[in-house]
Amino acid sequence: MDIVVTLLLFCGLIFFTGGAIGIIRFPDFYSRLHPAGKLDTMGSLFMMIGLALFNLHHLSLGSLLTSLKIILIMVFVFISSPTAVHAIVDAGVNAGLEPWSKGDKRR
Amino acid sequence: MNHVILFIGLFMSLLMVISLYRAIFGPTVLDRMIGANAIGSKTVVLLIIIGFGYRRVDMFVDIALAYALLNFIAVLAASRYFQKRKDLYDELS
Repeated sequence: MDIVVTLLLFCGLIFFTGGAIGIIRFPDFYSRLHPAGKLDTMGSLFMMIGLALFNLHHLSLGSLLTSLKIILIMVFVFISSPTAVHAIVDAGVNAGLEPWSKGDKRR
Repeated sequence: MNHVILFIGLFMSLLMVISLYRAIFGPTVLDRMIGANAIGSKTVVLLIIIGFGYRRVDMFVDIALAYALLNFIAVLAASRYFQKRKDLYDELS
């Protein structure tokens, strides 16, 4: 059980690390939204499943309810995080930001 | 197992510091919003890890759920506000 939980947590950590490095290194606003939107959502999925399994060490009704709540947070993050990223993209398009093309200065 | 949980929490704080660079030095307002959103989505997981550290997960899960709701509403409201600005390019130069 501990091995599975550790594996899931480190998978989530790899996804979060990729998201953070992508936010730093990508050249413009629209391409930065790609790691921010997808990798953070997937890292949250792995970490929440791992933590919900780790919570079930002492099996009782209370810990089962807590694990159910953690899964509920994950479902909410899966709905809300792409919606928030889409709202940011919409703001950028409406404000008239132009996408980066090859040869431009990195900004 | 507690050492693994502690290591994960510390490493995630380091990743939040990396995202904070974009939230401070981002060339436009929307870049700063990306940094803030990334920090918020990491905080939800970090709150549950802190709960395991204190052995009070049942309490910290509710705080994490409230924080996820608040983060979503804040990003949505801020992006609705900033889409009316047409002078985002002035900050780049």
